[in-house]
Amino acid sequence: MVNYNENEIFDIMEVCLLAGKIMLRSGAETYRVEDTMMRIGSAYGVEQSHSYVTPTGIIFSVSSKTPTQLVRIEDRSTDLQKVEKVNSISREISNGELSVEEAFKQLKVIEQAAHAYPIWVQIAAASISSGCFLIMFNGGWSDFLPAVIAAGIGFSSLIYFHQLVEIKFFAEFLASFVIGLLAVLMVTLNIGTELDKIIIGSVMPLVPGLLITNAVRDLMAGHLVSGISKGAEAFLTAFAIGAGVAVVFSIY
Amino acid sequence: MIEQLATSFIASAAFGVIFNAPQKSLLKCGLVGMVGWIIYVTLYEYSSDSVFSSLVASFCIAIISQFFAKKYRTPVIIFNVSGIIPLVPGGLAYDAMRRVVENEYNAAISLAAEAFMISGSIAIGLVLSEVINQIIRKKKLRKVSSEGL
Repeated sequence: MVNYNENEIFDIMEVCLLAGKIMLRSGAETYRVEDTMMRIGSAYGVEQSHSYVTPTGIIFSVSSKTPTQLVRIEDRSTDLQKVEKVNSISREISNGELSVEEAFKQLKVIEQAAHAYPIWVQIAAASISSGCFLIMFNGGWSDFLPAVIAAGIGFSSLIYFHQLVEIKFFAEFLASFVIGLLAVLMVTLNIGTELDKIIIGSVMPLVPGLLITNAVRDLMAGHLVSGISKGAEAFLTAFAIGAGVAVVFSIY
Repeated sequence: MIEQLATSFIASAAFGVIFNAPQKSLLKCGLVGMVGWIIYVTLYEYSSDSVFSSLVASFCIAIISQFFAKKYRTPVIIFNVSGIIPLVPGGLAYDAMRRVVENEYNAAISLAAEAFMISGSIAIGLVLSEVINQIIRKKKLRKVSSEGL
């Protein structure tokens, strides 16, 4: 280790932890988070760092003399833009182009950045992709519009309910309930024909596809704790979606 | 077929928007998703084995994503994620859940097992291409270092 005093080491740890925190909250893979933190550390001259990353927290330590630090991760979403930006900052740090203070400042800016696309663009994207999924799953073009409408309203209600209740499970449950209701309504009004296809198409934006795959990948890479907890999260989401639609069916 | 090409392209690119992918990579996301879906559909038509088809498709997706990642210096996950979305057995998982609620447990378990197998094969396809990539990189490194000596 280069002769740093204690304060400088704390600053370096802070940069590492902030980078790891942003990446983990934006849905990066566990190994990428650990790798990035280690690279930033070694670029600043901390040769040996140890990190323990789980979906709900990061434990990071650089030497036996300085205290170990802990960061708690409360909410996770998928935000690939932030992953990309932190990645390029870590590359700049490795090339020796960024000082500790400068890196910390830039990371803070990234952390506070909002979603790059406005909400209505996201809702439009969700509804259009649902219509496309309906066609991909061999649905008829007559069901295209019902799926687009159901998915659009379903996705906006997901965003709305998520702001209303903190618990992700209920937001997903209520959103898929809304989708089921709309689909049944449109089929009974003869606007749509195949109920199953419409529902499957329009719940696709809610489905935890990324989580399932990331869970299996983490398990294979040896990150057992992350893999199992991501799998549990995926199962909960799938259960919420299935239950929401099933309630509609039991009424109908 | 053109229908499938167009819809899979749009669906993958739209998922890129939901996942907040950088604007300049949206078209590539759509391209990766389209290629993966077409491979899946063609293989499924010949073999009618969804596990095998998704394994091959996700393997190809991962290779293309790694190529893009290297070329544009962005993390692989940006292209991977939107590419595999069409393959993910969301419909199956939903169907399984619905059968559970309708008290058809046998049908539900076989559907859930199939969904699990498919998601496992997607992950294996992704990991396999990563492993091959690492092996190639290591071999190149060894070559360079032996030439240096």
